[in-house]
Amino acid sequence: MNTQVEIAGVKFKNPVMTGSGTFGSGMEYADFVDLNKLGAVVTKGVANVPWPGNPVPRVTEVYGGMLNAIGLQNPGIDVFIERDLEFLKKYDTKVIVNVCGKSVEDYLEVVERLGDESRVDMLEINVSCPNVKEGAIAFGQNKDALFDITSRIKKVAKQPVIMKLSPNVTSIAEMAKAAEAAGADAISLINTITGMKIDIHKRKFALANKTGGMSGPAIKPVAVRMVYEASHAVKIPIIGMGGIANGDDAIEFIMAGATAVAVGAMNFHDPYTTEKVVEGIENYMTRYNVEDINELRGIVE
Amino acid sequence: MGRKEKSEAKVLSQKMLAEGIFDLWLETDLAMDAHPGQFVGVYPTNKSTLLPRPISICEVDREKSAIRLVYRVVGTGTAEFTLYQPGDYMMILGILGNGFPLDKAAGKRVVVMGGGIGVPPLLQTAKELSGKAANLSSNVTAASVAAVMGYRNQKTFLAEDFRKYSELVIATEDGSVGTKGNVIDAMGQQNVECDVIMACGPMPMLKAIKAYAEEKGITAYISLEERMACGVGACLGCICKTKEVDEHSHVHNARICTDGPVFDAEDIDF
Repeated sequence: MNTQVEIAGVKFKNPVMTGSGTFGSGMEYADFVDLNKLGAVVTKGVANVPWPGNPVPRVTEVYGGMLNAIGLQNPGIDVFIERDLEFLKKYDTKVIVNVCGKSVEDYLEVVERLGDESRVDMLEINVSCPNVKEGAIAFGQNKDALFDITSRIKKVAKQPVIMKLSPNVTSIAEMAKAAEAAGADAISLINTITGMKIDIHKRKFALANKTGGMSGPAIKPVAVRMVYEASHAVKIPIIGMGGIANGDDAIEFIMAGATAVAVGAMNFHDPYTTEKVVEGIENYMTRYNVEDINELRGIVE
Repeated sequence: MGRKEKSEAKVLSQKMLAEGIFDLWLETDLAMDAHPGQFVGVYPTNKSTLLPRPISICEVDREKSAIRLVYRVVGTGTAEFTLYQPGDYMMILGILGNGFPLDKAAGKRVVVMGGGIGVPPLLQTAKELSGKAANLSSNVTAASVAAVMGYRNQKTFLAEDFRKYSELVIATEDGSVGTKGNVIDAMGQQNVECDVIMACGPMPMLKAIKAYAEEKGITAYISLEERMACGVGACLGCICKTKEVDEHSHVHNARICTDGPVFDAEDIDF
């Protein structure tokens, strides 16, 4: 049985990754899962300098999922390289570093700093966080801005570049095409869907930021549809995510056209989810006599 | 800090202590690692829910390998918990958080202060520090332990349990029992003196305790609460503002779930 997949020349032992921001740099979840069993660890977004993030409350549960407005709190690239990348050197898994910024220059600075870090296999560019006012999503909701930032990052990046796309757009196909045309090596989707919750007893917003990004099993059908649309719009590989809870969900994304998948909010429900998804994929392959996971990609037309 | 795992726990008993306040004993191996002031995440089975509910550990019975959770019903998740009967199983994530630093109380006069649903975690704290129980997680004993507990009304849940291990002073909002007012009022009115405070309760109470401790020149350890997702320090949902730059993100945000929930009040920037 072959579960190995390849994206931009990088070989992953299986298609299961972690959703950026839901897994830290793996340290907190190493108590629960064997990181060596994962296709890749995708780290929490890192900027050129530390970001304090948003006021609390930052998280709230909603039907079938949750809203978050963390605001990309992160320690900045210096600490990230010294501590988080150093930690990941102990493991036999691929490392994808999620990069965030407020301006194009911020992104470029981080991308350049990571260029010489051999532990970094790929970069994922976060142009789709709905919870920070400057930067981030501003680049991810306009196809010209997305084209511009992607091509500028591609000029300086030494590792292959994944553009992480927002679902909060009119046409995901247009955004996918813009990223591909600008030279992106892959795209990942979906980031969270902007939502809102009001506490009717307190007559206040549930989140200090008023809006937050929705994730969890309830968003899965939206994510599957968008992966399907994007996969028919571009030829570059897609990393699919949105509410993946088990192996069956992962297979669904792969059939929609994803090369790899990421587990996000469900890590909070069950810290063992990533490993269970790996096992679940293998169980599906055994049950249906699938020799190679790559046979299933985009199988539904 | 002990190991962390998500595992099944068997319900040993459950009863209502006061309106909306429930008392649940769970059998779990995690009990052997539990320290006063730590908490567990408890999972509802309702498929519409995603996140574990953080609930403080009220008491530990190491002989029975059991933990006691005294919780308040605040939503559909905790409402579901009230339905569990002896013999049922619940999924829990634990043991989480740091707990109260008992070693800082060795040989000192300690007051444990709780308000509302912040009362429960102080019970195991008082039990450990009193030295009046067997089979504890530490062998630290305070010079004296007094409990000052604040309630809304005469439903003074856990009062009898505290009396086993400490003196008990009660404050009630409506004045039906003890001092009318809050825990700080009760400290003054009943002339309670101490070197160290260990406290859990609503934010205004904790702010008042921080100010009180500063004024008296004593140390206060406060247990904070915040909306939480992962419970293990990854999501950065439950932060509190700190005076110094934090270890994790190098800003001024400590993670309540892992750096806390207990902090030296002096380090918190309210």
